[in-house]
Amino acid sequence: MLPIDRGRVEHVAGLARIALTDEELDRFTGQLQVVLGAIEQLKDVDTSAVPPSASVLPLENVMREDEPRPSLPVAVVLAQAPDREGDLFRVQASLEERPDA
Amino acid sequence: MRELPRTITETAQRLRAREVSAAELADAFLDAARADPFNAWLCIEPAHARAQAGAADARLRAGGDAPVLTGVPWACKDIIGTKGIATTAASKILAGYKPVYSATVVERLDARGAVMLGKTNLDEFAMGSSNENSAFGPVRNPWDPTRVPGGSSGGSAAAVAAGQAVFGLGTDTGGSIRQPGALSGVVGMKPTYGRVPRYGVVAFASSLDQVGPLTNSVEDAAIVCEAIFGIDPHDATTIDRPIDVRRDLDAGVRGLRLGVPREYFSPTGVEPGVTAAIREAIAQFAKLGAEIVDVSLPSTDKGLAVYYIVQPSEASANLARYDGVRYGLRVPGRDLVDTYKKTRGAGFGPEVKRRMILGTYALSAGYYDAYYVKAQKVRTIIKREFDAVFERVDALVTPTSPTVAFPIGAKTNDPLQMYLNDVFTLPVNIAGLPGLSMPCGLSEGLPVGLQIIANSYQERMLFRVAAAFERATEHHQLRPMKAA
Repeated sequence: MLPIDRGRVEHVAGLARIALTDEELDRFTGQLQVVLGAIEQLKDVDTSAVPPSASVLPLENVMREDEPRPSLPVAVVLAQAPDREGDLFRVQASLEERPDA
Repeated sequence: MRELPRTITETAQRLRAREVSAAELADAFLDAARADPFNAWLCIEPAHARAQAGAADARLRAGGDAPVLTGVPWACKDIIGTKGIATTAASKILAGYKPVYSATVVERLDARGAVMLGKTNLDEFAMGSSNENSAFGPVRNPWDPTRVPGGSSGGSAAAVAAGQAVFGLGTDTGGSIRQPGALSGVVGMKPTYGRVPRYGVVAFASSLDQVGPLTNSVEDAAIVCEAIFGIDPHDATTIDRPIDVRRDLDAGVRGLRLGVPREYFSPTGVEPGVTAAIREAIAQFAKLGAEIVDVSLPSTDKGLAVYYIVQPSEASANLARYDGVRYGLRVPGRDLVDTYKKTRGAGFGPEVKRRMILGTYALSAGYYDAYYVKAQKVRTIIKREFDAVFERVDALVTPTSPTVAFPIGAKTNDPLQMYLNDVFTLPVNIAGLPGLSMPCGLSEGLPVGLQIIANSYQERMLFRVAAAFERATEHHQLRPMKAA
């Protein structure tokens, strides 16, 4: 496996939607190389006949009736919105507007 | 009032003897919390506490059978949601956020009449082992304020150690209750996965997280467990099992088989003073009639690698919700994605960012099988090793942490060294088992934690073993000098 480098840290931070400063990029790259180096030892464990753990619980699917219940009032849910418009959370457009829409 | 009570049992007894009222107790503890020199609290809630104390006094006056927690002042780790009371997870991204409902554990303590004093400091999103990763400054150890209290539940641990609360709640994903319990000289207990509802608790790594108590006695920890254990329709991972975990507190350890896993004593980095205190505790168990059994958990040294894949992976998914849209911090960018990036870049501290990147990397296309699936397979191996050992023994005894409390700043630039603090606690989360840390003496004047591990749902056995040790020794009576 390739060691993680600065470019890959930058790429993955983008996937994680986190802006990093140049200083952070440099520091985290070195630190993550050390941590990933310690994780590499898992390669040496023979897991050919071992299933992955999905859960430590002795539970299968937990079923319940689908019952309608009151939900939180809209005013309460919206009260802490950084920006809102009426009963909506307001954000920047994520798609460009189509002229014919 | 004479000295403030240290334990739930003592508090309950003094309240029922009418020696003190819940209102007087609440005021005295609020004063102690306000005078806290350790940065243990992120907010103190006098009006809330007084209202709960007033209700508790009414309940106690009415006589009958008020629950043992009625009127008992407690400290809530600020990652556990409290309706209308700020819940920050010690992160700038949640500064000012007030949940619109309380966590199930808080509702259960409210229903029993406990008095919440306020919210305690922690490592941001519970990511840390020293409480230095808080956006609101580090917590100091009441035994030596130049040292860390452990983490991530460092505020609750310090508050309980310093006598500013009778008990605290923490959360434990890889050791975050037991390790600060050990370093701060109190009892810290992580229940079996599935025992305690996680509903309303800020999610970190959902297959590992459990809420549990920090207390000044083993019986107190069992009392809190009985209050917060049990199935919750809001958390499908809770499981229905008997919760009378106090039943065998007096049963002793004569005839029990206690396993000592040799891998917990061999790695370099375990301080000689820690090993000596644990060896002495094991000798005490033998003196009390337990049979000491040498056992092996060969994959112990793989636990750290498994944990630092599974935990950041789950965290990177859980923390995706902090996007600046519905609550909390928003830093506007040039478009929506840029707003997400700027918000999260400004709102998360360095350790959270590192783990988000590590987790996103481990889950990303091309790496998922090599990291995440591989780790979950080795997790199966670790769980099977515990299963096999628990066919031969009733409980395991180990050190909680390889070291005593270390100086503030000593490990902040070396994440791997920091992670190694949890090498003996995180296998317990990986396997979903219950574990407890309790004081077992001092090394260099600082507390050493003895970890007891039981099989899944065997909290009754866990508390039985711990209570036997506590009753035979006086370590739990030692107090930090600075706390008085």
